[in-house]
Amino acid sequence: MNKRLLMVLVIVLLVAQATAVFAAGAKEGAQVQRHAFIFKNTGNPYGDKQMEGFAAGIKEQGFEAITRAPDQPTAEAQIQIIEQLIAQRVASITITGNDFDALQPVLTRAKNQGIKVLSADSAVNPASRLTHINQADSEMIGRTLIQAAFDMAGGSGDIAILSATSQASNQNLWIEWMKKELAENAAKYANLKLVRVAYGDDLRDKSVSETEALLQSFPNLKVIIAPTTVGIAAAGRVITDRKLIGKVKVTGLGLPSEMAEYIENGACPYMFLWNPIDVGYLSAYAAVAATKGSFTGAVGQTFSASRLGNFTVTKASDGGTEVLLGAPFKFEPKNIAMWKTVY
Amino acid sequence: MAARKFVLNENLRELGLLMFIIALSAGVQARNPVFLTVSNLTSLFTNTAILAILAVGMTLVLITRGIDLSIGATIAFAGMVSSLTVAAYPTISPALSLLQGTLIGAFIGSIIGLLVARFNVLPIIATLGLMNIVRGLTFMVSGGKWVSSYQMSTGFKAIATGKTLGLNNLVVIAILVYALAWYFMNHTRTGRRIYAVGSNPEAAAISGIPKKRLVFLAYALMGALAGLAGVLWVAKFASAQGDTAMGYELQVIAACILGGVSISGGVGRLSGLILGTVLLGILNNALPLINVSPFWQMGIQGITVLAAVLTNVMVKRNTDRNALRRRAI
Repeated sequence: MNKRLLMVLVIVLLVAQATAVFAAGAKEGAQVQRHAFIFKNTGNPYGDKQMEGFAAGIKEQGFEAITRAPDQPTAEAQIQIIEQLIAQRVASITITGNDFDALQPVLTRAKNQGIKVLSADSAVNPASRLTHINQADSEMIGRTLIQAAFDMAGGSGDIAILSATSQASNQNLWIEWMKKELAENAAKYANLKLVRVAYGDDLRDKSVSETEALLQSFPNLKVIIAPTTVGIAAAGRVITDRKLIGKVKVTGLGLPSEMAEYIENGACPYMFLWNPIDVGYLSAYAAVAATKGSFTGAVGQTFSASRLGNFTVTKASDGGTEVLLGAPFKFEPKNIAMWKTVY
Repeated sequence: MAARKFVLNENLRELGLLMFIIALSAGVQARNPVFLTVSNLTSLFTNTAILAILAVGMTLVLITRGIDLSIGATIAFAGMVSSLTVAAYPTISPALSLLQGTLIGAFIGSIIGLLVARFNVLPIIATLGLMNIVRGLTFMVSGGKWVSSYQMSTGFKAIATGKTLGLNNLVVIAILVYALAWYFMNHTRTGRRIYAVGSNPEAAAISGIPKKRLVFLAYALMGALAGLAGVLWVAKFASAQGDTAMGYELQVIAACILGGVSISGGVGRLSGLILGTVLLGILNNALPLINVSPFWQMGIQGITVLAAVLTNVMVKRNTDRNALRRRAI
């Protein structure tokens, strides 16, 4: 009896699936353009938010969004998904690449079928993409962090930077921009003194030791800028442990989940990171623009992304082109409760 | 007996190490006067406590002529499981969390102990294998996600930040571990036999010492301490991630070597171990204080360890020669 029930259930499921496939086929007949977004892997809350933003942006423009992610964060798994999407004849594919070069053959095949290919967040090589949607502009990150430190220090006092390793290229670029911001506005920052750049190597124990050394060595330290997830959380922890909340403030780039406690207790008044929803949303508008013919992802071209405003394609450091989302997203006491469970 | 004055023995070595620590401290103090303040020394000892606890376990393993490369992974796994448990059941008592981590570590250590003692797998191979397996397990149980501060209960985090009798809990736990280890290694038959197994396995076997059981015990104890350290680690940093304590085993082995524990087995004393751990702790604390460039920090640590190894070799050569000389008479 049970077995028969099971059989019936299986058949019902199969039929349901078949109808779903037919329904999808029917929609294709109705010429609703479909745009696909592929993230690195499933079960990543950060990626889920990107896909959510992408789907919202596509729907707003009256099209259908397909968001996919493989179980494993490998290029092979993404290749399979891209092949399925080629077969489904989607209008565009936006991918956060698991590999810079390995996806080139399959993406070229997609391109030859007339599918527009873009990358977002994590780039694929310039030959495989029209353009890349990048999170935030290095210059803006550097300048924003110094402005935040200026704000938190009340305009004067010692500030220090706690970075990842001394060789980390992202962090070094941001630090360079921080120094440039200080130098270019010397009058504004006359009383703000960058006393040291320390390196916590993205290790918890070393970041804690370096933070403690900063606190011991510079009694007038007002703000620690940590443009790295492990560093900023370690600094937040030390400030909380040593009951220095309010005296020394922490800001920088961090994960909302890691920083929730320190933003809520005041050790870190606010910090930044890119907003994954906006990365997805901007990608959606770039993808649709690419299917409209005139947009080819060349430097200087512009498109509108509705609530985010207008964007211009710029030259990327890897030789291709990119679109920069812009200023990093600010996480503060009033929005951290919502974000801490997201990523 | 007259020759003994000139022999570089263990006591003299430890005296030398102590002098070096004093000289180093004086030098750092001259460069940055905050070094010898109560607040800095408190953070120095708090930050060194976990290293010190692990060094005890590693000493036991090294004495049996073994090595354990898996402890970084064990720290991560025990820390991850205990923090996931706390995230799911915030009311769980901190003591239970510590017990949970210790048991997980003891289990992993027992597997290594079985592989090494029962199946004669080389310690470096067995622990390298377990290192990868346990690290992988850590990623699997967490799904690659981190457990963050806000998910941990206040009681859990207080394991590392709270105080008992005016001392930070981590330091208190380290002192307890040392007291127990001192009694175990110097005043129990099992403890003394572990030395016998390491210094002369053949003689130990002939005299009926159960070598396999003792080697198993050393790895199980190391695992238990690593599991305990895992809970302390995530409580201290209020964050558990898949790559927690990656490569930390090398720091621990370095502390042991600085303390005069011999990689070739049979030799190692807690007094030396304390000095070795403190020296490494001072280096970690003081180099940032006197603003040594990050490139030099690693180099200085390496040179110090190398100097310690050379001294160890000289000590061993001298004691061996001394023993031979006595035999000739």
